[in-house]
Amino acid sequence: MARTHFVNELNQLNIELIDMGTLIEIAIDKAIHALNERDAELAQEAIEFDDKIDKQERKIEQHCIKLLMNQQPVAKDLRMISCVLKIITDMERIGDHASDISELTKRISNDNNSFEFPYFEKMAKICVKMVTDAVDAFVTSDLELCRNVIAMDDQVDALFNEAKESIIASLQSNNNQSDVYVDALMIVKYFERIGDHAVNIAEWVIFSITGMHKDIRIV
Amino acid sequence: MADKYQIKDLDLFYGDFQALTDVNLNIEEKQITAFIGPSGCGKSTLLKTLNRMNDLVDGCRITGQVLLDGVDIYDNYDVNLLRKNVGMVFQKPNPFPMSIYDNIAYGPRTHGIRKKALLDDIVEESLRKAAIWDEVKDRLKRNALSVSGGQQQRICIARALAVEPEVLLMDEPTSALDPISTNKIEDLVLDLKKYYTIVIVTHNMQQATRISDATAFFLLGKIIEFDATSNLFSMPKDKRTEDYITGRFG
Amino acid sequence: MFHSKPKSTFYKAHPLSLLIKILVWASVCITAFVLLFIIAYIFIKGVPHFSLDFFSLKYNSNNVSVLPSIITTIYMILISLLTALPFGIGCAIYLTEYAKESRFVRYIRVTTETLSGIPSIVYGLFGMLFFVTYLKWGFSILAGSLTLAIMILPLIIRSAEEAIIAVDNTYREASYGLGASKLRTIFRIVLPAAISGIFAGVILAIGRIVGESAALIYTAGTVAKIPISGFDSARTLSVHMYALSSEGLNTDKAYATAVVLVALVILINFLANTITKKVGNK
Repeated sequence: MARTHFVNELNQLNIELIDMGTLIEIAIDKAIHALNERDAELAQEAIEFDDKIDKQERKIEQHCIKLLMNQQPVAKDLRMISCVLKIITDMERIGDHASDISELTKRISNDNNSFEFPYFEKMAKICVKMVTDAVDAFVTSDLELCRNVIAMDDQVDALFNEAKESIIASLQSNNNQSDVYVDALMIVKYFERIGDHAVNIAEWVIFSITGMHKDIRIV
Repeated sequence: MADKYQIKDLDLFYGDFQALTDVNLNIEEKQITAFIGPSGCGKSTLLKTLNRMNDLVDGCRITGQVLLDGVDIYDNYDVNLLRKNVGMVFQKPNPFPMSIYDNIAYGPRTHGIRKKALLDDIVEESLRKAAIWDEVKDRLKRNALSVSGGQQQRICIARALAVEPEVLLMDEPTSALDPISTNKIEDLVLDLKKYYTIVIVTHNMQQATRISDATAFFLLGKIIEFDATSNLFSMPKDKRTEDYITGRFG
Repeated sequence: MFHSKPKSTFYKAHPLSLLIKILVWASVCITAFVLLFIIAYIFIKGVPHFSLDFFSLKYNSNNVSVLPSIITTIYMILISLLTALPFGIGCAIYLTEYAKESRFVRYIRVTTETLSGIPSIVYGLFGMLFFVTYLKWGFSILAGSLTLAIMILPLIIRSAEEAIIAVDNTYREASYGLGASKLRTIFRIVLPAAISGIFAGVILAIGRIVGESAALIYTAGTVAKIPISGFDSARTLSVHMYALSSEGLNTDKAYATAVVLVALVILINFLANTITKKVGNK
């Protein structure tokens, strides 16, 4: 087979992307864990973890641009590299949101109250699944999985709306914990954003496989 | 847009060897069509059937039809008139060993133009169209071989344009040129698209993506895939096309 | 660095290279020496015997004037070339541009090659039998130059053929590609491009004409007068030299004639080169 070096580089890029996928999964995991435990220390750890994701994004970005320059890829190679360039931005944002959630976790934990909110766990569960599935879909070029991820976003949006209603109701009946409720609203909003980014990833993976992005031909 | 060429069920043989098999292709007017494929795949052969340069090859035989504006060029067609209407630019710049002026005027003189003033106009206009007038206007009497390779190739393009063709066939026109000359020729080809139907054979796939509107991929004398260039290079339908353009071939 | 390696080490490692280099240099020196020696010898022997009446219009046994021979030689060159060139080039065009590889073409090739290998005396005998006797032209410039034309024909054909084959095929393609006919392509593109090669053949042919004596003695005779018509007998420089030296009375003048002959050949070569360059650069 010709172009062995290029093929090796593409495989390497694939591995780097899987690594980044693993990193954001860990980041979300840490953030959720800290949130569930109301553990400020763990939250701090999750915030610092974001650095690794940023560095990985840089690395992949450079690798892609180098490949574009050196190899002038076309067809599936072009689609794969441009897909990677797009989805690492979404992955990095997911990392940011995990870190944002942990910032809020620190404040909730410091308040030292017995605030219970069931939506955190429900949304976290779906979001983790969406992110994991989106990365898996890229690795295995699985169109079906991509469509599942996109469909799952409806559940996240529904949960977000329910959570919002619940918070509004609580704010109206109970005034002395209003700051906690605002923080909670922001946390669920971040989860909702993570779901959106997972959808973006799935859409770019579809492009990588079919050349169509949101049913539109890009080139 | 209208089809300039319609190629129907074309088979071409050199003696016993079949160089083209069942070629069906429509070439659109005032578009750039690129032929790509590995060496010996038949792309240059097909190009040469478009102005019957294959007639010069002993033992060359074709079946099927090649229609230019709906008329079969292999059926009672004046071959000299055909080649006047379908200009050709070759791989190696090949200006005649005479002055730049005489090079450009050769074609018009061939077709009976003798008036000096008219020839002067044609020479200037052709050189301008080929974007080389400013570089050579002060040395039209100099030997055409005394200028650089890239300039020679543009002189050859001007020479082809001087007989007012409708189609321009280019057989790897930049393969012997440096990158800067190549860029100039590519720019020129894109400009010429306004007036001429252009068919270009190229080994350089980036060149095909840069300048062509449609691309045909050839393998072993057959057209494997023919599509808009942007489609073919982003989302080829055939596995063999994909393997070739991504370099996984062979 | 590789290229600055001292040469002595190189030749120590490759003694054969040294040997070959010495042989090559020796051949060059010997060739150059022999050539210079001959020219110098002729000049030393010949130049002192130049005098004004050596170039007088009328030949007599006292002045043994060379002028009639110079004029005859030039006549001979012109008539032979004018006869042989059209036939030779035409034949070369046919062989290269029209004839497909066939038995007929192979026969023509064998014939021309055989013709070029035949000794000139045989041409002389033919010329005598055909032009002089059968056509009743007598010893004449015309009989001589036509004999020479036949003699140089193979040379012209071969050199023209090679020159035409050497013309880049892309020129032909370009010409056909512009809608030019075969005839136009040959006369406007191929022949002009081949002209310098054809001229090289012409120079060789002139050499043979100027150097020929045997064939001319039988066909043009040895009359030492400035020829008026084509049917006059006359002697070229070579024949003049041959006559002088075989008579044994004017050997000195034979050397002087040789000087004139060498000068003429150099002049013709120079002219031909200039013309070739002019035509080539057009």
